[in-house]
Amino acid sequence: MSLLYTEEQKELLALVREMAENEIKPYVKEADEKGECPKELFKWGFDMGLHMLEIPEEYGGTGLSYETTAMIFEELAKVDAGYAITFVTTFVALRNVILAGTKEQGQYFADKIRPGSFAGFALTEPNAGSDPAAMRSTAVLDGDEYILNGTKTFITNGALSDVFVGFFKTSPAAGHKGISAFIIDADAPGVTVGAHENKMGLRLSNTTDLIFENVRVKASAMVGPEGSGFKLALNALNLSRAFVATLAVGIMQRALDESVKYAKERKQFGTPIIKFQMVQALLADMAIKVEASRCLVNNTMRMMDQGIMVQKEGSICKTFVSDCAQEVTSNAVQIFGGYGFSKEYPVEKLMRDCKVFQIFEGANQIQRMTIANVLDKEYR
Amino acid sequence: MNIVVCIKQVPDTTEIKIDPVKNTLIRTGVPSIMNPFDKNALETGLTLKDRYGGKVTVISMGPPQAKAVLREALSMGADEAYLVTDRAFGGSDTYATSYILSQAIKKLDDFDVILGGKQAIDGDTGQTAPSIAEHLGTARLTYILDLEVNGDKVIARRQVEEGIEVIEARFPILCTATKESNKPRYATIKRKIASLKAEIPEITLADLPDADVSKMGLKGSPTKVKATFTPKRSACGVTIEGNTPGEIANALIGKLADGKIL
Repeated sequence: MSLLYTEEQKELLALVREMAENEIKPYVKEADEKGECPKELFKWGFDMGLHMLEIPEEYGGTGLSYETTAMIFEELAKVDAGYAITFVTTFVALRNVILAGTKEQGQYFADKIRPGSFAGFALTEPNAGSDPAAMRSTAVLDGDEYILNGTKTFITNGALSDVFVGFFKTSPAAGHKGISAFIIDADAPGVTVGAHENKMGLRLSNTTDLIFENVRVKASAMVGPEGSGFKLALNALNLSRAFVATLAVGIMQRALDESVKYAKERKQFGTPIIKFQMVQALLADMAIKVEASRCLVNNTMRMMDQGIMVQKEGSICKTFVSDCAQEVTSNAVQIFGGYGFSKEYPVEKLMRDCKVFQIFEGANQIQRMTIANVLDKEYR
Repeated sequence: MNIVVCIKQVPDTTEIKIDPVKNTLIRTGVPSIMNPFDKNALETGLTLKDRYGGKVTVISMGPPQAKAVLREALSMGADEAYLVTDRAFGGSDTYATSYILSQAIKKLDDFDVILGGKQAIDGDTGQTAPSIAEHLGTARLTYILDLEVNGDKVIARRQVEEGIEVIEARFPILCTATKESNKPRYATIKRKIASLKAEIPEITLADLPDADVSKMGLKGSPTKVKATFTPKRSACGVTIEGNTPGEIANALIGKLADGKIL
């Protein structure tokens, strides 16, 4: 463990660890195979209040710091990152409301989540991934309501959410300045949940299309001023990158834990393989990357807690950590040898689970462009 | 409904190792936990509160470190916690402990139900909780699985060797819970944070002016420990094998006869 935890953080981590190990872990393998997480497993998280961690106290939430929230999600991700991201995604949506919404909108959102539910963030479209300004979904004003139309894709918690923050073009001709954000109830007439993605990894996480057909929302459901949606989404995503990174740290830590345990037990040539220098080098490099990643996540979280803009730091964090995670999980499979390639052992899943971390919340290639653009400005 | 739950801090016996040379328990570095059966008792109390409303008060006798288990109880949902602590209470056996706890409970609000675990995993006597009922003159039901309230009566399902007894009793009552009673809930994050900051009031000898000091502490304890030792391993048994039950029975009778037992 590379961080200096407070007593409170230690207690919270022990609590979450106990729950995740006892109640979630035994069902992960089966859920991974089926590609969905049973509802009963989420109940454990709701009972503990994991859905309220980041919701401010003024709205009845726990109001934990980003730093402590991230530690808790790393702990959950050790058991299953798909389970963890289901809870994290509520906050990806929430952050838009906190950043730009009214008090009433914040309370509305919190009240939707409190009884035990999830939220989703609907930005991506089939032809608007790294380039959200290319989105085609529209919001047309009609009296004091907007009429929403369009199809969103790869929506985490698509079928689980009770509320979404969605992005629509209020001025289709205006490019990214024509995008506005809305709070949309999942049960609003015209909202349909599309097909569930059969994914390579994070298979406990629900990912679907979301179809909006003449969905009417009150004009007061708009988050922030008209046309500010693109900027809002980018600002909210800046805060979300270190959070996906913390999940990747959890996956890596699990990979390291499993690998060390195995290397101590597995004997070849009459010796536990951990005594062989080639294996030692693999393990040491894994430990180095886990430790460095965790420190980077923690520092980014502490900057966010101070209210510092983390456009560059969030991108650096997410890119570095998710790149490390590929190597660490791949080497875990290497240490397990043939058994690592088998689904009977836990490490191949970690390799599958971590690939998407180089893709979502902005592909790592986009992150490098962002980092370079900020550098360009900084050195002017 | 006013519910009092008695809890004890115990060493986590699953973590205890035996010194291979001295044959004694290695107690250093062993984490302290809430006695698991007391956790079941707490869950019983919290379930009663969820169902019928009321207040759950937890009480523990021990040194200041025992506040840790009281905090844990608060994090799980208990409303109030008290530590019963005083130098004069040190060295108490189950008789003295149950007397002191009964006096402390009297000091709290009137109670409807007192709960405790069926026994503690360190001493394993199972005497303290039932003795509290004796000191207070209330009914007691040990090894209960659950409680249902019906007006001024309580219906308990009680686990006994022969099966399950269903017993009706009147309030106030003391009950002890077992592992089979329930699955204790986890703390919530919010309550956990609050519990770490909670002030835990102490009940000391000075708070019990009407209590009889001669029934407290080492001097008030009729139990005298003569010696503690690890029992010698007795000789191993013998497995009699054979192809048919008759063959095995014949071999057994032969052995008993040889040993002049038959």
